[in-house]
Formats: sequence, structure tokens, C-alpha cells
Amino acid sequence: MFTELNELLDASPQRPETGKFTLLRDTRTDGSFLVHHFLSFYLRAGCKVCFVALLQSFSHYNIVAQKLGVSLTAAKERGQLVFLEGLKSCLDLLFGEEEKQSGQPSPLQFISESTSNLKALFDFVRTSLTPAGSDSWKGPVLLVDDLSVLLSLGATPVAVLDFIHYCRVTVCYQLKGNIVVLVHSNEDSEDEENELIVNSLCHHSDLILWVEGLATGFCKDVHGQIKIIRRASLELTAEQDLVQIYQYKIQDKNVTFFARGLSAAVL
Amino acid sequence: MAAAPAAGGAARGRGATSFQRKAAAGSRLAAVAGTRPSVRHGQLLLSSGLPSLDCVLGGGVAVGTLLLIEEDKYGLYSNLLFKYFLAEGVVCGHDLFVASAKEHPDNILKELPAPLLDDTYRNERGEEATAVKSEDFQDSMKIAWRYQNLPKVEASPTTSTKFGHYYDVSKTMSPELFQSIKWHSFYLPEELSLQPKMKTHNMNSAYSRLLQSIQRIIYQEGFDGSDPQKKLKNILRIGIQSLGSMLWGDDICSSDTPEYIHSLTKFLYVLRGLLRKSLSACIITVPAHLIQNKAIMERVTNLSDMVVGLESFIGSERETNPLYKDYHGLVHVQQIPRLNSLICDVSDTKDLAFRLKRKLFTIERLHLPPDLSDTVSRTSKQDLAESAKLLSSGCGAMAIGKKHLDF
Repeated sequence: MFTELNELLDASPQRPETGKFTLLRDTRTDGSFLVHHFLSFYLRAGCKVCFVALLQSFSHYNIVAQKLGVSLTAAKERGQLVFLEGLKSCLDLLFGEEEKQSGQPSPLQFISESTSNLKALFDFVRTSLTPAGSDSWKGPVLLVDDLSVLLSLGATPVAVLDFIHYCRVTVCYQLKGNIVVLVHSNEDSEDEENELIVNSLCHHSDLILWVEGLATGFCKDVHGQIKIIRRASLELTAEQDLVQIYQYKIQDKNVTFFARGLSAAVL
Repeated sequence: MAAAPAAGGAARGRGATSFQRKAAAGSRLAAVAGTRPSVRHGQLLLSSGLPSLDCVLGGGVAVGTLLLIEEDKYGLYSNLLFKYFLAEGVVCGHDLFVASAKEHPDNILKELPAPLLDDTYRNERGEEATAVKSEDFQDSMKIAWRYQNLPKVEASPTTSTKFGHYYDVSKTMSPELFQSIKWHSFYLPEELSLQPKMKTHNMNSAYSRLLQSIQRIIYQEGFDGSDPQKKLKNILRIGIQSLGSMLWGDDICSSDTPEYIHSLTKFLYVLRGLLRKSLSACIITVPAHLIQNKAIMERVTNLSDMVVGLESFIGSERETNPLYKDYHGLVHVQQIPRLNSLICDVSDTKDLAFRLKRKLFTIERLHLPPDLSDTVSRTSKQDLAESAKLLSSGCGAMAIGKKHLDF
């Protein structure tokens, strides 16, 4: 986890919040460093994490998490982390032998069937995050790396929104946990289905971290800007959303955040 | 907390999808020919066949990744890059898998460019250098004479020639080099007539056949480490030509609202899974300029690791533009992956152009010539402004801004 981001978000692993839906949104840049941050943050906080990793392999996240000080293999062994590797699961579904398929249905079975609802995926999330009784983890967390991939695999936008809605009800309200989801968006994008999902999720999230490139183009010292939007308008007091903008630079083991125009190269 | 990354793929068995960190064991590294480890992320890197493209991609094509080439308008230069990738595989001794719906893979492999061995390459560069020198001798520098003897600035990014080879486009590769190479082919018209109907998983039947074929080769030849007996590891280079075009049975290039809009993206997702769990790398050329629905190209870009777009000047007004007289087209690097790390190796030069000289194809930094005209005409000023707009839009590898700002 990045300590500077924790300070900006006023979050600490000792007291993780409950019932929050965080949306990670990136525009024309790669926001996956935030996924690594939240993964190591919640593992450090002692929460039970269900990570639906649709785009990269397990060892990719493992190697980056080790740089941030957390071991994913150890977390998996002690039952704190349930890792759904989308690529492996999809291969098992399409090329697996018949005996394997007679067991539990694959979470990604919507790919090969004509029904485009994500019920199997939701069942997987629910069974992995429901506390088993002997668990002593603090609170369940659902982490989804790249919801936009589900659209590429054939799910309709309504099915994706239904899935997120069911997850919110189960994880945020019933189990008092948190959800963190990464989506890609682009203001002048032609992918209307994706924009539909992103707009809908923006309205429902408690915290939006929006990562964009600099308006002036590529820079070696400042890799982009991050907008932190706290949705105070969702509270009953009906205040306005609080928007803060910072710039960041990604390094090998850390990401530094600073106020606009005050990067280390300038000072 | 000492969970070291899993060593080697031998004991893993089918179904283990992972990048395998090969940084520690030196003996395993030396076993695979034609590769070198990356300093950044510990993966093995392959050469794409074009050393200047390797530089742009951050050292080379990592094993387990997908290189997507957005074809130029007539497919000439993307075909060249495709052949370079395969030719590099032949020279390094890798296995090849060539899939095409247009040309028979046998014909593609017959037309690979011949490699330039070290001394012939030096002679080529020497010839060109002497040709240039004889022109320059007349105008030796009068004012900046101290700079006369300094070496000229290298326009193209250079790498050491041990990794990656140069190829002569005017000659074809001799058949002797093929003798030790194992290659597999997938020619769609033959495959459709051979096998009966198979399960398609809601995907275009041509794509699902191709996936079955790739998966069968990876499993049978042991590229996924499922066969612990195989000591000698080799790389499988997969090349798929013109994916998404109508010849593959896909209608995304011919209609605005295609029927099977998810076929190509599903194919790429499953292919990504297959690549990640095996010692292979893949090059795909896609006729992006024909795809009407731009949403599909955005999704395709998200699902690929490296995306390079080629834009040739043939038939456009830039062909006769004096600003671009040395070049044949532009190179747009749309995406570079971050593998096993938070950062990626992105090159500093964002404005790249390519040119096909008599024998060599190179990717170079785009230099605009200085505006030395005595009479400053309106048209030339406009051209410069247009090209300046092009330059500042940059590449999307790290992050690009929303709009062009005039400084």
C-alpha cells in the first residue's frame, strides 16, 4: 500500500471502514497501481479478500505485492485471500475435460453459454466471502480487476450492473464489507455499453478515484493526475461532492502523490 | 514472508497460468535460445525481428505476451513486420505456428526475408555510409568545423546486435535454414473442410477452431511445461494474419452493427490465457482501419499487451508533403504492458516513423526538417502546424492528455 495515498484518503489499515463502494476509474492511462494498493491495504488490515482478477495472472499480482510487502501465496494458504484467476478459469471451462466440469459450475460459465447473466460469478463471490464460522477476519472485501473485461466476454451491461448490485447488497449491507472495482472509461469513447456501466457505477459509489493523464501530454516526472471524489451528496445532509486533485509519479515500489505543480522535479 | 516465486514450469501441470520468474536460475536461462532476461520484470524477452521495434517496445516481446499490429491501409508494412517476427523465429531456432485465412502458410514461410549475417550487414551499412560521405565531402563545415569529425547522430534507436538480427527484404530466406525448424500451420479453408462441426462456445467457428488448434499444439509439444520429461525448452512463436477480417468469417469489418460483436474479444481473451501459461509469444495483425465500430478496437487494445499501429503515407496527401519525404509512414505505439511491476519501460521518443530503404526496414524518430524557406508561404506554415499537432498528441503508453493545447 502507498502511505501517501492512505494519508490523502484518510484511511489506515488499523481501522478499515465498512460498507463502502470504491470505484477506480482510469482514462487513457493504466490505473492498476490502485488495485495493487487496495489489495495490499486490505490484506494488511486483516480483512478477508475475494479478488476477481480477470486480466492478469496470479504471479503478476504476487510479484508486485511482494514489492509492497505482502505475500499473496501466504495469504491464500491461511485462507485470507480467495483468488479467482479469470484466465485460468476460462481455459478450464473451454478446454477442460468433462470430469472436471461435473463439479462446481465454473464462475465464468456465461462465456460458453447463451445466458448472459453473471449469477455463477455472484455465487462464487458470495460463497467465498460468507464467513465460515471459524474465521477471525475483520470484514469481507471484494476486489474486481477490470469490470470492462466482462463486457468483452459477452455479458450485457444490464447483467454486469445486476451483478454489481447483488454484490453490493450482499457484501456492503449484509456482511458489512467493502467493494473496490476498476473500470476503464474515456470521455470521447465510442464504447457506449462501457460508458453506461461507468456512469451508473459513479452514481452509486461512495468514493471515486479517477486517474487520468496530464492534459499537456507525456511527462517523465509526473505520470498523471488523480481526482479523489468523496460522494458526500449520497449522505442525507445533501452536501456537495468533495473533489481533490493531486498528481502522482509511479516508482518501482511506491507511488508518490503531490499537489499539482509541485512534483519533485520542479522543486 | 519468503514466498519465492515458483521456479520453473516443469512440475506445474496443465491449468497453471502464471508468469514464471526466471531471474534466479542461470542454467534455465541459458537453455532457451534467442531470448534474454529483462532487467525490469524478470521475464524472458524475444526479439521481434526488428531491433528498432525492440527498443520501442522496451527491450523486446516478453514471453507470454501478445503483440498486436494495427495494419496500415494496404497491409504492406504490417505484413513485413509479421514476416520479420517469423524470420527471427527461424534464425533463433524457435518453433513456429502460422495461421492465415488469406495465404497458405507454406507460401508465407517461403517468402521470409533472408537474415543479414554480421559481416554482410556491416558492409551494407558501410556502403551507405560511404555513399553519404562522398556527397558530404563537398560541403565540409566552414563555421562549425570543430564538429566535422564527430560521429553523426544515430536517428534510429540502437541495440546490441547480439539480440535480434537484421534482414534483407530483397532476398528470401534459403530453405536450408528451415530444416531444423518445426512449424505448424493453420490455413482456414483447409481446416473448414477437414474437421466436422465442433463446439463453438458462442464464438465464431473459425476462431474456436484456431483456439483448439493452438491449444492442442501447446499441450502436445509441451510448451506449457506439462511434460516433465522434456528437458530442452523452446519457444513457440505464433503468428496470426489479418484477424478480424472478413476472410475469418467475422463481420466486424463490414458492418456497423455486427452480429457476433464479442467473437474477436473472446478469442483474444482465451488466447491471452493460453499465452500466459506457456512459453510462447504471439503476433497478430488486425485491419483496424476497416473496423467500423471503434468500441471493438478499444476493447481489443485493452485485451492485448503491446499494440503498435502503422500508418502509411501511400495515397494520402502526406506522400507528397516535403516534411515527410524521407519516411514511408508513422508508427503509433498505443500500449506497452506493465508486467510484474508498477512501471513499464517506455521509450522517450513518442514520434516515430518508419521507412523502407532498399533492403532494410527501420523505425526511427520523426525529425521534421527545419523551415528554411526564404519566402514564408501560408501553405507551408499550415503544414508545420498540422504536423506539430500530430507530434504533441504523443502516444498513449503512459498517459495522454485530453486535448491539444496551443503553447
